[in-house]
Amino acid sequence: MRLTDAERAMLEGAEGPAVARAMDLLVRYGEALGAERLVETNNVCGTIGATTPFMRDFAARHGGLDAVFSEFNLDSPEVVKVPRARTFTCHLQQGMDPDHAAAMGLGTEMVQLFRRGEAFAAALGVELANTCTPYQVGNLPRRGEHCAWMESSAVVFCNSVLGARTNTEGRESTGAAMLTGRIPYWGLHIPENRRGTHLVEVEAEPADVADWGLFGYYVGEVVQDRIPVIVGVGAPPDLARLKHFGAAASTSGGIELYHIVGVTPEAPTREAAFGGARPAATLRYGRAERRLAYERVNATARRREIQFVMLGCPHYSLEQLREVCRLLAGRRVHPDVELWIFAPRAIRALAVREGIAKIIEDAGGRLMSDTCSAMSRAIPPGTRAAAFDSVKQAHYLPAIMGIEGWFGTTADCIEAAVRGRFEGDLR
Amino acid sequence: MNERATTILLRGRKVVGGRAEGEALVTRERISGWGGIDPRTGTIIETRHELRGCSFAGRVLVFPGAKGSSGWSNQFHLARLSGAAPAAMLFTEMSTKVALGAVVTRAPAMTDFDQDPFALIATGDWVRVDADRGVVEVIKRA
Repeated sequence: MRLTDAERAMLEGAEGPAVARAMDLLVRYGEALGAERLVETNNVCGTIGATTPFMRDFAARHGGLDAVFSEFNLDSPEVVKVPRARTFTCHLQQGMDPDHAAAMGLGTEMVQLFRRGEAFAAALGVELANTCTPYQVGNLPRRGEHCAWMESSAVVFCNSVLGARTNTEGRESTGAAMLTGRIPYWGLHIPENRRGTHLVEVEAEPADVADWGLFGYYVGEVVQDRIPVIVGVGAPPDLARLKHFGAAASTSGGIELYHIVGVTPEAPTREAAFGGARPAATLRYGRAERRLAYERVNATARRREIQFVMLGCPHYSLEQLREVCRLLAGRRVHPDVELWIFAPRAIRALAVREGIAKIIEDAGGRLMSDTCSAMSRAIPPGTRAAAFDSVKQAHYLPAIMGIEGWFGTTADCIEAAVRGRFEGDLR
Repeated sequence: MNERATTILLRGRKVVGGRAEGEALVTRERISGWGGIDPRTGTIIETRHELRGCSFAGRVLVFPGAKGSSGWSNQFHLARLSGAAPAAMLFTEMSTKVALGAVVTRAPAMTDFDQDPFALIATGDWVRVDADRGVVEVIKRA
């Protein structure tokens, strides 16, 4: 890989051992990819927290948060002192919500550890957005901007909806990017690689957020990590629909970029989206495909009695929280059910001021932030079956926690939370 | 050597250098890292995966590539620290997830093969990987 003089100096230690380790990792990673060079970036979204059980133990055993950063953010076998971030860096979701630690089964020592981690990150100049949706709380890179983001649902949003450029980075590469302002120039950083590959013709127009999730789950499974170009969706999707579509498509497959003709910025026309090339394949999304996606995402569900409803994957917007309030109006969560709703902490703060949080709490639910059940591996004790309005969470959480999971609309999930029984179905 | 044992050679590109050998674990399905494996044991946990319940620990993992969460590299990184990493990784579809994951797993890894590894390697075959020389030797299970 070709390095600039400045990059070579970093590799040789001119800016200290941590930056040298970061550059060493970027070189090994770039060569593994077959990249020819690095590109400058000033927008990194990563994670440096140590709040998952393994990380907590690692920090305790190996000498604190510099040791965690050295191993898990730089892949460095030696512990290096971590300097301030060179780039704008935004923290993604964490392993716990410090304000609901007891509900998540965590004691005060875990909260102290979380706070130490936050102080460590803040001292490095990292913005503590603590969300899988940085684009909902002000991190909006311009079109064409080179970014280094992890979190697959954020990556697909960044590329597809914002038209910025990022590959799906990992914890180690974002750690290295944060200290060097560089990331391999490969994949979706290169304009030719952003052209569509598969044409998706929609016959069953997605009608709500849940439908967009099912659509994404189907397209992801078929297209895998290629680039779908979608035509015929009907009404242009809003933020929540685009967010759930991308999250689902990056769960069942590896979609990092999609184009919706007439909606997303790199697809003013079908021809533009394909860059003049012909599609490698054409797929159709009709009622049978929608049904198949529903059955696949509900593969683990058997028992209608549920003990847990989790909403906010990806983290909810204020508008989605308002919808929950409307659905909960005059009702109470069933005494045998826990309702957890996750949003970015900035949005939760607004929800508190607008009285939304109180409505949810008065109905017996919890408005939480910073994490989700899959990230924290936290579910209410005694949960055997749960309901989700997120394809992504319904896909992952049953596998991670060994529970059954139902997927339905937000209304189905609130109904389940109130009745203790999931009665949703594909309608 | 048993005269019935067949040996096949594949050539490919080094992703991570080094040499290792072990029993092959082969899947034509992409693997999810975060939420798809248990890094403490190297076991595939994804609900509908054909290898669900199988562990890649100490084996030569032959798979198309990565899918799913950006936690891919971190999960394989944790598998290495838990002593549950694959002995080597052979894959056919390059992506940032699988490249970074292979780098931090620090096990020999290769891609860009001259022949189809899925046609030539079956689960249970003994596989010697020399990533530095770009050579994979497959000793078919008799």
